[in-house]
Amino acid sequence: MADPSITLDTQTPGTGVRVIPASVRARRIGGTVLAYAVMIAVSIILILPLLWLFAASLKTHQLVLSTPRGFGEFFQSLVPADPQFVNYSEALTRRPFGLWTRNTMIIVVTATAGTLLSASMAAYAFARLRFPGRQLLFTITLSTLMLPFIVTMIPQFLMFSKIPGPSSAGNWTDTLMPLILPHWLGGGAFYIFLMRQFFTTIPRELDEAARIDGAGFFRSYWQITLPLSGPVLATVTIFSFITNWNDFLAPLIYLASRQNQTLALGLQTFQGEFSNEHHLLMAASTTMTVPVLLVFFFMQKYFLRGFVMSGIAGR
Amino acid sequence: MAVAKESRRFALPTLSIRHREAVAAYLFVMPWILGLLIFAAYPVGASLVLSFTQWDLLTEIKYVGADNYVKMFTDDRYFPITMGNTAYYTFIGVPLHTLVALLLAVPLTSKLRGIRFFRTAWYVPSVTPAVAAAVLWILIYHPEFGMANVVLELVGIPPQRWIFDQTLAKPSFILMSLWSVGGQMVIFIAALQGVPQQLYEAASIDGAGRWGRFMNVTLPLISPATFFNLVIGVIASFQIFTAAYIMTRGGPANQTLFFVLQLYRNAFQYLKFGYASAMAWVLFVIILFFTGLQFFGARRWVYYEAKADE
Repeated sequence: MADPSITLDTQTPGTGVRVIPASVRARRIGGTVLAYAVMIAVSIILILPLLWLFAASLKTHQLVLSTPRGFGEFFQSLVPADPQFVNYSEALTRRPFGLWTRNTMIIVVTATAGTLLSASMAAYAFARLRFPGRQLLFTITLSTLMLPFIVTMIPQFLMFSKIPGPSSAGNWTDTLMPLILPHWLGGGAFYIFLMRQFFTTIPRELDEAARIDGAGFFRSYWQITLPLSGPVLATVTIFSFITNWNDFLAPLIYLASRQNQTLALGLQTFQGEFSNEHHLLMAASTTMTVPVLLVFFFMQKYFLRGFVMSGIAGR
Repeated sequence: MAVAKESRRFALPTLSIRHREAVAAYLFVMPWILGLLIFAAYPVGASLVLSFTQWDLLTEIKYVGADNYVKMFTDDRYFPITMGNTAYYTFIGVPLHTLVALLLAVPLTSKLRGIRFFRTAWYVPSVTPAVAAAVLWILIYHPEFGMANVVLELVGIPPQRWIFDQTLAKPSFILMSLWSVGGQMVIFIAALQGVPQQLYEAASIDGAGRWGRFMNVTLPLISPATFFNLVIGVIASFQIFTAAYIMTRGGPANQTLFFVLQLYRNAFQYLKFGYASAMAWVLFVIILFFTGLQFFGARRWVYYEAKADE
């Protein structure tokens, strides 16, 4: 919690000298040390499962099965003495991990591209253009935020299994299409909302100046609005990347054959088949987790901003 | 340029600037309108219609009236089990999530050096892929050499069977979900940072201590975020699926057979698409109820400071 006393009395105006009694200062330093101690302890607790995952992914099978006794051994067990990097090559070659990664990447990249394009187009219309029914359409858009996938899942599945398509069953199930196409048709209300909010903060004069110079609506969208929208495009990209990378239920209902599965599905299959080879399972899990963590680490500013916006959308 | 624009306007005398703007707008939103129709409006209607039928995709679709609903509420032995499990997980889990998220958010708003590091570290569990987390927690909960038992032993508690134990299975799921409350935590951080400093100063002058300021200034002012987190938490928890599907398949003795897991089985394993659609609509009504609570209840129970910034 923000402590107002810190902001109130640190400096006496004019003198530039801190006048804090020694006892107060000692108490404050003590408080700071305590705060750090508590926060480091909480960090360890929260990060422990992941540390344990990384550690187990580098251990031999026997070592995963050994139980450390006492705190010393426990923390020692988090740093494998003899890291088995071979676990990774073994886990990743035992199953078509390459194919799963490729499928996941195809979905992530094309779905994100589709969302960026089609959601920003809708958002531009909502933010900038006047047209009959705009308010109604925007209200409907927001109302789909509370429509869970579970309600629309069955008819969507039946729809893709009835439309003639390239899969072995002659339809669109067991292809990546059902996981990509919806993202090219607006990409979802949340992304449209995020972008619309951002677009409304761009000064209208820029648009109007371009229009006076003869630019059409498409050019004002493509050459004025989008280039100024880097932050929100970054937010949408990261959200879309992480959601599609992690998604489980939608791939589960559509992708049946092994070579068409995603990493999330494949990992689940792997768990079913090698449930006793924990070291390989942990190596596979780590492989799926690390890209998401990297994206998060480097782009977290944009990610967290989007998350806070979701709170505003919900009101 | 000006000439070109003029001539274009002469070429299309019926389209004023306003009309052109509207036409352009419809072109811009066209993909989304199609998406709304194909992936939202049609499936919602279709699942409602399906919920009054019996259909396995292979034989003829058969209209059965309200039979699916009647059966669900009177004759499906799994309905009370799955609803009970889901309600337990939700109504015990979500208040705990919200409390933990708030407890984590409060220190993260301090101005200590390096606070960004802690924010990142505490959020990281929430971006871990659900499947990877599930696979990891199976091993953490392993009855013989899992980390959970190792930690218990360190503090002198006998080892447990966690998700493989009938009474501990659901609490184990709740404990696991507490690991990833980062989303709610972030919303609390934003709310806490929005509390005006002057109010704390005024409260201090009135003699309020830390605790008094927290109870009388912070809590009322962040109540919109608290309420939002509770409602979103309930909606998300009612849909718990992935963890149970991977870790326990609903066991032991149906203790973690949650509503959506059973819905999934009815639809995609037993091919009872009609019955599963009826289940989906029951879930939808429950979710709509809590969404309505968010929209209408919030005005009565929640303190909103200013409407201007929304």
